[in-house]
Amino acid sequence: MSELHFPWLELSVFVPLLGALWVGRLRDADLGRKWCMVFSGFTLLCTVATWQDFALLDTATAEDHWHLMTQLLGRELFVVDQLSAPLLPLVAMLYFLTALATLRTKIRRFSFAWMLFSEAVTLATFSCKDPWSVVAFLALGTLQPFLELRARGKSTRVYVIHMALFILLMVVGGVCVDTEDGNRVHSLKAIIPLLGAVLIRSGIAPFHCWMTDLFEHATFGTALLFVTPTAGAYAAVRLVLPIAPDWVLRSMGLISLVTAVYAAAISLVQRDARRFFCYSFLSHSALVLVGLEMVTPIGLTGALCVWLSAGMALGGFGLTIRALEARRGSLSLIEFQGMYEHTPNLAMLFMLTGLASVGFPGTFGFVGTELLVDGAVEAYPYVGIAVVAAAALSGIAVVRVFFLLFTGTRYTSTVSLLIGTRERIAVRTIAGLILIGGLLPQYLVASRYLAAEEILRQRTMVAGGTLSDPHEREAGEPALDPLPGEAAVAKATAVPLPPGKAPAKEPPTVEPPALPAGDQ
Amino acid sequence: MPPESLIELLGYLVVAAPLILMAVLGLASLLNHQLSERATGRLVHVAVLVGLISSTMILGLMLAWGMRHVSIEIGSWVVIPDYHFSVKLTFDRLSVPFVILSFVLCGVIGAFANRYMHREPGFHRFFVFYALFLLGMVITSLAGTIETLFSGWELVGLSSALLVAFFLERPAPVRNGLYVWVVYRISDAALLTASVAMHHMRGAGDFDKLLGTDSWPGGEALVTSHQALVVGLLLLVAAAGKSALVPFSGWLPRAMEGPTPSSAVFYGALSVHLGAFLLLRVSPILDSSFWLSAAVTAAGVVTALFAAFTGRVQTDIKCALTYASLTQVGFIVAEIGLGFRYIPLIHILGHGCLRTLQFLRAPTLLHDYRIMENAIGDRLPRMPGFWEQAIPRSLSVWFYRLAMERGYLDGWLQDGIVAPFLAVLQWCDAAERRWTDFLSGGQSRESDRRPPSASTFDELL
Repeated sequence: MSELHFPWLELSVFVPLLGALWVGRLRDADLGRKWCMVFSGFTLLCTVATWQDFALLDTATAEDHWHLMTQLLGRELFVVDQLSAPLLPLVAMLYFLTALATLRTKIRRFSFAWMLFSEAVTLATFSCKDPWSVVAFLALGTLQPFLELRARGKSTRVYVIHMALFILLMVVGGVCVDTEDGNRVHSLKAIIPLLGAVLIRSGIAPFHCWMTDLFEHATFGTALLFVTPTAGAYAAVRLVLPIAPDWVLRSMGLISLVTAVYAAAISLVQRDARRFFCYSFLSHSALVLVGLEMVTPIGLTGALCVWLSAGMALGGFGLTIRALEARRGSLSLIEFQGMYEHTPNLAMLFMLTGLASVGFPGTFGFVGTELLVDGAVEAYPYVGIAVVAAAALSGIAVVRVFFLLFTGTRYTSTVSLLIGTRERIAVRTIAGLILIGGLLPQYLVASRYLAAEEILRQRTMVAGGTLSDPHEREAGEPALDPLPGEAAVAKATAVPLPPGKAPAKEPPTVEPPALPAGDQ
Repeated sequence: MPPESLIELLGYLVVAAPLILMAVLGLASLLNHQLSERATGRLVHVAVLVGLISSTMILGLMLAWGMRHVSIEIGSWVVIPDYHFSVKLTFDRLSVPFVILSFVLCGVIGAFANRYMHREPGFHRFFVFYALFLLGMVITSLAGTIETLFSGWELVGLSSALLVAFFLERPAPVRNGLYVWVVYRISDAALLTASVAMHHMRGAGDFDKLLGTDSWPGGEALVTSHQALVVGLLLLVAAAGKSALVPFSGWLPRAMEGPTPSSAVFYGALSVHLGAFLLLRVSPILDSSFWLSAAVTAAGVVTALFAAFTGRVQTDIKCALTYASLTQVGFIVAEIGLGFRYIPLIHILGHGCLRTLQFLRAPTLLHDYRIMENAIGDRLPRMPGFWEQAIPRSLSVWFYRLAMERGYLDGWLQDGIVAPFLAVLQWCDAAERRWTDFLSGGQSRESDRRPPSASTFDELL
């Protein structure tokens, strides 16, 4: 396996962990925020370096240089591949911008030490391919919101019930997969628990209530950072996609589709900005699963694009609502708030991120949504219509909330509510990324296509081509073509990829199947 | 320089001018850099002039060299195996007149608005939306693929809704802006579905691959009659939303809440014709299905009758002009459904110019009336119309009320679709609350403790 030129991955995980220990010792909250920004900023640089280093290597998977984890644990824990390479900087950027945009009014209620701990765990999750490590880090990641809910004196029952079930199902599924032979189709006994775990973590109806409860009771920053990286989708790719047959995935795709439409529709009647954001996120997270579970190259590419664009757009969207909350307290959607005059920049960012999340032309989300709809139509025409309906409803909800928060009246305040320099940096960074990604989408779309190819290739390798119904393959089903990548990669050579991203001259390294450690 | 290269260069200028205008005004807004009113006015002036001169030169060159159709392939925006998103501009007998109309009317309105909006607090915001609208119109007019057309279509929709809600501090314009946005989203959803269906049928969204390579208005749909009906009906829904055809007519009078310049150019002259333009663009599809043509004709006739009937009782000049405009749009759509191609195009061009002039004169109407009445020394004479005399008094009151309520169309949509839809959603929301209350063993939703307000979504609509 290829090696990065430096142990960027380990640095990406251990820097925030070290930061958590350091910031946890500080008594001064303002100083803690500053150190948090230093650590999360450095982490962001490490993740960007990981991505670029990996891109230069032109390989399917890469490990860290010097193999420090092998020396410590006896095996390499962290790897980067086409899927995770851009996700790592996305996650680190969300954490950094959250720390950057946290106002002084909030710093005593928001724990920066736990934020850094959560960042380390999330980055570790996204740096793992080994299923048991993914399970362990996903389970560990549920700890921080629980502790915060307890510290705030809020009811933890809804959260605990769902997360306990999530962890239990992951473990049961993992054990069942472990006990079965890895080179044949796994039984439903092994697949269903893992699928259930993914549905719970992704907030697919009817398992979504923990997420609305979390947004209701936790700090907005914690809830935002727990959900926006879309760890549920990552679990789906690492734990379920390689072993589940097509028909199971497509059935679950339909459930996700219902959730996407339902969440988009119900966001129209929310009376609180946080709950609106939560449903908006649920709709997009479900759309990502719809694309993943279609297991077609276009559908998968669309889902991976939407994953990135929705992560960035909804991250910015959430930060805007958080910034407004810092000025007005909880934001009611039952009357006009009229904040435009005080915060025109936030209004602009709200509209931009909201529209990007629904795939508006010129923004990062546009091409992803187009690909997703196209992939959906390829799989089932009616699914495409439902995806369009979900996007239309989300678009209506976004503009409705924009009008409610920023217009309709004139809010009078005795103090200035204009945004400060740090918030302005956050606003411009997100706006810039959304617009640049929207105007020049080829680089990321091509990289997502390669990631989709890799996922499909892994499915083929695991099952020896038996995951699909053979009749479907005869009918030209593209998902499990025995050599799905070959023709496509040959065609991809015609794609004007950016420097360093030209398709490999020799066939890409095929990773061993993503099976539990015991099988490898 | 070869003719194709010169036209290509001019074609780039036509699109680049509004694009640069949008980029400059948008970036200035994003970076909190306030351009002076004079600088904004000059930028608008230059951008429109460059676009107009370039498009007029293209028209002249095409006529001189006998070219009926020029395609400019800007490039593939996204290419992956099995999917490509190409940006292609088409200059033909439909797009060139329409883009020239867009530049002429936007130029007039830009100059008018520069004075009309002088020292308004939202002066810069108005011109950002204006630039967005102009860019959307140019992209839509010249689009050579349905995806490109969709991009412009959405830009027009967003800028229109935001302009309707331009006076942000008052609730009524905002409610109307949301109403416009909801209708436009339905229209966008139909267009996107049509776009995907076309991609699915032909493997690409290029109009050439769907409508043949013959220049407009020639061409033959390269799909079956059944496929043409499906795609065509989706496109008809999209056009109905954008052009305020029945049953989506309710948004047009609401759109008059925006500043007069935007009402004039957007809802009176340009965006209201965009649906008709779309139908003209895909006219070979209409030709391949009798039922589709019949549906288009019916939509046009019903809209014309509805608008003529409703427009007779409007007491506000902008609303009266709106319904007059809608009547003509109904006729244009009916003409398209009946198989005419050049007549509706000429109708659009003439009607757009006339209506812009009328809208711009609307704010001074009372002044005009006063001058006339002063001149004759009495009130202006008012003659009862034919229908007022022909219809019995009891019936005329009933008709009057029906027309005042705009055929109860909004009420039917509200009671028949929006209210039940929202009731179901509210029921689901309440069920979720009961479920989380049960799981948490107490009150789980603090946000519900806020008092209910009259300003719920259905009232907002």
